[in-house]
Amino acid sequence: MKTFDIKKIRHDFPILQQKIKGRPLIYLDNAASTQKPYSVIERLDHFYRHENSNVHRGIHTLSEIATEEFEQSREKIRQFIQAKSFAEIVFVRGTTEAINLVAQTYGSSQIKAGDEIIISHMEHHANIVPWQILCEKTGAQLKVIPINDAGELILEEYQRLLNPKTKLVAICHISNTLGTINPIKQMIQWAHANSPKTKILIDGAQAVAHQKIDVHALDCDFYAFSGHKLFGPTGIGVLYGKQELLASLPPYQGGGSMITEVNLEKSHYREPPYKFEAGTPHIAGAIGLGAAIDYLNQLDFDAINAHEQQLLHYATAALLNIKGLHLIGAAKEKAAILNFTVSDSHGRRVHGHDISDVLNAEAGVAVRAGQHCTMPLMQHYNVDSTVRASLAFYNNKEDIDALIAGLQSLKQLFK
Amino acid sequence: MLSNLRELYQEMILDHGRNPRHHHLMPQANRLAHGHNQICGDRLTVYLKIERGTITAISFQGSGCAISMASASLMSEILSGKTHKEAETLFETFHQLLTCESATSKQLHDLEKLAVFAGVKAYPTRVKCATLAWHTLLAALKQKNERVSTEL
Repeated sequence: MKTFDIKKIRHDFPILQQKIKGRPLIYLDNAASTQKPYSVIERLDHFYRHENSNVHRGIHTLSEIATEEFEQSREKIRQFIQAKSFAEIVFVRGTTEAINLVAQTYGSSQIKAGDEIIISHMEHHANIVPWQILCEKTGAQLKVIPINDAGELILEEYQRLLNPKTKLVAICHISNTLGTINPIKQMIQWAHANSPKTKILIDGAQAVAHQKIDVHALDCDFYAFSGHKLFGPTGIGVLYGKQELLASLPPYQGGGSMITEVNLEKSHYREPPYKFEAGTPHIAGAIGLGAAIDYLNQLDFDAINAHEQQLLHYATAALLNIKGLHLIGAAKEKAAILNFTVSDSHGRRVHGHDISDVLNAEAGVAVRAGQHCTMPLMQHYNVDSTVRASLAFYNNKEDIDALIAGLQSLKQLFK
Repeated sequence: MLSNLRELYQEMILDHGRNPRHHHLMPQANRLAHGHNQICGDRLTVYLKIERGTITAISFQGSGCAISMASASLMSEILSGKTHKEAETLFETFHQLLTCESATSKQLHDLEKLAVFAGVKAYPTRVKCATLAWHTLLAALKQKNERVSTEL
């Protein structure tokens, strides 16, 4: 029976009971990293106390247990995102490494001078820089889907950019800065209709915590996400790739675990996913991520979505009541991310760093201030530092009220 | 409310943050340097006119938080007419004010208006904001530009 009991949920996250400068922590920086439930923390503890060993190596009890738990986590992830085979689930450090892996394997083997890669104006630096590096190396061209004032992709421009030279589309599912939910299903269809050679990678870093992902139904070629934004440990992430596609790619890093046979003249590589997992992986992290998925599996994602959307509407209305506050990102389809600037009564913009310090000191509210790893997007909106409040399902109305109270204190200081 | 933050955001800091002095480009400068705070993305340019080892004019451009703007503004005020060596010494004292236990009364005296930044000590993440202008200044002072050096 799936449930959604916010009181119980808040008790599942020990850090939410903590005080910051004498006040209860109000954690609104979930787009940067989410908090961990007891079950994840205890799973890591249990692993290091009772199961710690290397995987796929030792013929001893501990190594067998560690290997089995590690592979079971892979299976949990496979089911969670509806992948067809365990071979499609590659463990990486996080979304950034997943994207770099695709750039260095698919990119360097399939993309050549004159080819085109499409990204968008709202991408995180992690989904811009690897492609710039690849373009520099190969002579391929980077094309950018523009956005409108609401912070939505201009889809007609996307369709216009697609052409026989397009080898890859790399796009975020949800913008980390604007909260925009992109119509990726439609975008994937268009990419594939363009040419069988056009592959599409979805940066799912911000999406996995807010909605159930079905990579099979989406039909994307690659989907990348991080464990720590999914209530799991840092340092572990997942690259999903279609099995045939992964099998056709050259290896990523060379080393132990990814080979079947090594001779001094030549080595033979294993099949995916192991082909892409050289060296000892983050075993505890993978197992911890499995525990996070177990936790999420007993929650009702529809209820999570409804709760977050309700909070988003409540927060949007409350923020718009604050004089001088300007919201950035007004997409029709939007996740619970609120990005804004605040100006004083003379119309002078208060710097994001000042705002976040006041919120932290006065209301115990943790938000992100700055450029959110999306400099091109900040340039588009002509702002140099904004504040971002990003919600998770454990946030409640009281958290929003604390944010508003903190912003009222700010207005007293920056008149 | 706000009692703690008033320590950080002194009225003088808010004033200089809102209306920074010496906040303009300087075409006659013979030294300039760019500064960048990686954490918040703030960028700053410091312009100097140096004659016989003395700062005869100083200005800056850029935008940033109240602390960094006020620091650049007050630094520009206090350094006009100071020598290269005096500027370096003042920065050392200023840095101690921001990071060490307590400043001596002589140090506070030397710092003049800069003493208002004492509250930054309680906010270690803001030390970089308060020192960005100064680090940029030091880079400008150290600059070896043959063309401008002949004018000294």
